[in-house]
Amino acid sequence: MSGEFGLTAYGGYIPRLRLQRKSITTANAWVAPNLMGKGKGERSMCNWDEDALTMAVEAARDLLGPDDDRSHIDTLYFGSTTLPFADRLNAGVISGALTLDRHVQAADISSSQRAGTSALLQALHAVKAGASKNALVVASDKRKARAVSTQELDFGDGAAALSVGTENVIATYLGGGALTVDFVDHFRGAGEEFDYNWEERWIRDEGYMKLVPQAVSEALSNAGLKAEEIDHFILPCTLAKAPQAVAKKLGIAPEKVRDTLAAQCGETGAAHSLVMLVHALQEAKPGEKILVAQFGAGADALIFQATDKISSVKAKGILGALSDRQEETNYMKFLTFNGLVEWEKGMRAEQDKKTALTTLYRNEDMLLGLVGGRCTETGVVQFPRARISVSPNNPAVDSQEPYKFAERKAKILSWSADYLTFSMAPPNHYGMMDFEGGGRIYMDITDVAPGEVDSGMEMRMVFRIKDVDEKRGFKRYFWKAVPVRSSASNQATGQAAE
Amino acid sequence: MARGIKDKVAILGMGCSKFGERWDAGPEELMVEAYLEAMQDAGIEPTQLDAAWFSTHIDEIGTGKGGTPLSVALRLPNIAVTRVENFCASGSEALRGAVYAVASGAADIALALGCEKLKDTGYGGLPVGNPGTLSPQWAPNGSAPGNFAQLASAYRAKHGISKEDLKRAIAHVSVKSHANGSKNEKAHLRNQITEDQALNAPMIAEPLGLFDCCGVSDGAAAAVVTTPEIAKAMGKKDLVTIKAMQLSVSNGMEAQHNSWDGSYFHTARIAAKKAYNEAGIEKPREEVSMMEVHDCFSVTELVTMEDLFISPEGGAVKDVMDGFYDSDGKVPCQIDGGLKCFGHPIGASGLRMAYEMYLQLQGRAGERQLPNPKIGLTHNLGGSPSQNVCSVTIVGAEGV
Repeated sequence: MSGEFGLTAYGGYIPRLRLQRKSITTANAWVAPNLMGKGKGERSMCNWDEDALTMAVEAARDLLGPDDDRSHIDTLYFGSTTLPFADRLNAGVISGALTLDRHVQAADISSSQRAGTSALLQALHAVKAGASKNALVVASDKRKARAVSTQELDFGDGAAALSVGTENVIATYLGGGALTVDFVDHFRGAGEEFDYNWEERWIRDEGYMKLVPQAVSEALSNAGLKAEEIDHFILPCTLAKAPQAVAKKLGIAPEKVRDTLAAQCGETGAAHSLVMLVHALQEAKPGEKILVAQFGAGADALIFQATDKISSVKAKGILGALSDRQEETNYMKFLTFNGLVEWEKGMRAEQDKKTALTTLYRNEDMLLGLVGGRCTETGVVQFPRARISVSPNNPAVDSQEPYKFAERKAKILSWSADYLTFSMAPPNHYGMMDFEGGGRIYMDITDVAPGEVDSGMEMRMVFRIKDVDEKRGFKRYFWKAVPVRSSASNQATGQAAE
Repeated sequence: MARGIKDKVAILGMGCSKFGERWDAGPEELMVEAYLEAMQDAGIEPTQLDAAWFSTHIDEIGTGKGGTPLSVALRLPNIAVTRVENFCASGSEALRGAVYAVASGAADIALALGCEKLKDTGYGGLPVGNPGTLSPQWAPNGSAPGNFAQLASAYRAKHGISKEDLKRAIAHVSVKSHANGSKNEKAHLRNQITEDQALNAPMIAEPLGLFDCCGVSDGAAAAVVTTPEIAKAMGKKDLVTIKAMQLSVSNGMEAQHNSWDGSYFHTARIAAKKAYNEAGIEKPREEVSMMEVHDCFSVTELVTMEDLFISPEGGAVKDVMDGFYDSDGKVPCQIDGGLKCFGHPIGASGLRMAYEMYLQLQGRAGERQLPNPKIGLTHNLGGSPSQNVCSVTIVGAEGV
């Protein structure tokens, strides 16, 4: 191809819950007084029903906007090192949730912290080669760390999405570089839950300081740029001042080094380079050059230049996601959600969660995409789709076309907060959601506290974990309702928590 | 409208086991307990039974599928036994099967028996059932109280009733049932409670507290039915006859179509209208002497008062607070304690309701006997407000 190409849109997602680091360090002070100094700021934390897949779907939805037609996306790359499935295409679940065209070329990219930047490089190469017109890249991570580790303090959960194409480019791709070296700063063996980490000083001196500059130099050379021309320098790193030291070595001024968002959300793993890139795109002015570098088994470096279309993006992005926050001070809840505590779930939790894969596939668009039906004779919409329409006045037969609910808002008709049923975050809220444009779904409500929910409240849909089959290692996903927050804060009843 | 079954079938005898946490009894013992009482009351031998209908809802924890559990437990003489299941309205289905068999002439004498053994799960509340393969992949992770609690939020929103006023009205519903249940030696829960106890009980599913929920009980109930002619030939007097039996089943409208507002039972209104029509009742608030309704939760009973056209739309809270449904009120409701206190062994409940109406109409209800009742109504519901089956049965003195 000829002509400019690059990023055409962005999206971001950071879970609402922000665990206050002080609540971690205070709880662990008896065993790890050395970590007390890290008890500052907050880290993002998935609700129990969120993981790398659900966050990726939310970031992608932020990018794609409410339009039902997503047929323009022909390529999907999902970068993550915390894929829920080792052998089930995780990008396929994302594609189903987003109701992308079934002919989309989709792949998971994993195994290093560069999974996000490498996925983006793949997309850029595909578009450059003309093999893709509109490629969607999503990176997401929910890394598990042991209690009382520095990682549980440094890490955060989050996701970012970028699309690559040749039309309406918001940031032109100028060039990139890649370096692959088996430098093992940390590793996680197949089937292991936790990382094993080597000494930080070695990682900084031999890793970041020596490997990142090689990739960056290659990128600068390919872009025909000098280091001092970079306006935003992105380098995810949990080691204090290391990005500034790398920048200095490269000849990039310290004020060009982007904040790593450590205070607001922590490092989101393979997603973090793209999280920081989206954050930078939201603050960049037309003409500014952004260099995003990522360390891990070598290094990647990519350079973009914002165009005058940069301000036309409507997505909430990382800025929007960071501002939608709920402070969490309960460290035990974090440990419980992350499976780090053996807790008594009660006999009601013993129910077998085996999923009939035949049923799942037969109802794929319903279960993954929240697609119902619309009667072409009466216009009545319903969920689920059925051969005979639910319309009381005209039960038309075989008249229904697929109808997407996921991007439509709903209002609560009825609800309850249930303390009897098993829930990872009791009480389990659920109720009848009446959708704008018709249709209703009796469904779970998530991300709410007792006293927050009432009839008439405006809700939106989110893709979440429905159930976990611990016996077989399977996860069920479905959609849940969450409050449209501006409306929620206006309508909060102030009822005391019980 | 069909010709109906008014006065075509009479109750020959009924029986009911003690309800409760029957650690001493399995489903077989419970069935035998209800059966022996019903057969003694009817005054017949097993060989006189032509057919039987057996209702039980949950087969995962012991009672089992098919007709064999009943036939084996009672050693029936190899007659037809049909197991019926229609959620918590299963008991009324067993009675309907037996009544229809007699009304059609296919059987002279038929047995209906419902049984549920719930207290073999190891935990409180209803057993977690098998929901099939599709439903668990999208339906909310809920429970019966959470499903029925939905009524409260929708009813409040529709009628503009404050949380506190509704909570007080449903508390009164439970206080009344506990007072009634205390006079019933077969009841599961025989303690009286105060309004403050109901209001301050631990929350189960907002806004339903512990005392807004019925007992989870073991038990069995049975009826022997025949034609009025056969009953009279056997020397029976003061016959109680079936006036109407109607069942209405959701077709998905409530759960999938925006026309339902969530505050009432669409099926109950249909079943009630048909039943009144079949029984020839024009003014239910005046003509119905007493009721046993499906008070699985206090709020269910409250909205049901309107669904049965006893209270005017939006008027149930006032009627409840005025004592209209108390034992000394105009239309006493749950005079035996209801599901709330007599207990709710699912497959038996519809028959248990009929048992109390039968005793009252025959003047055999002891300490809780009402003065001169003529018409009794039972309302037996299964499922959840947004998708359910609803059975309305009317019984009364012959000739009324």
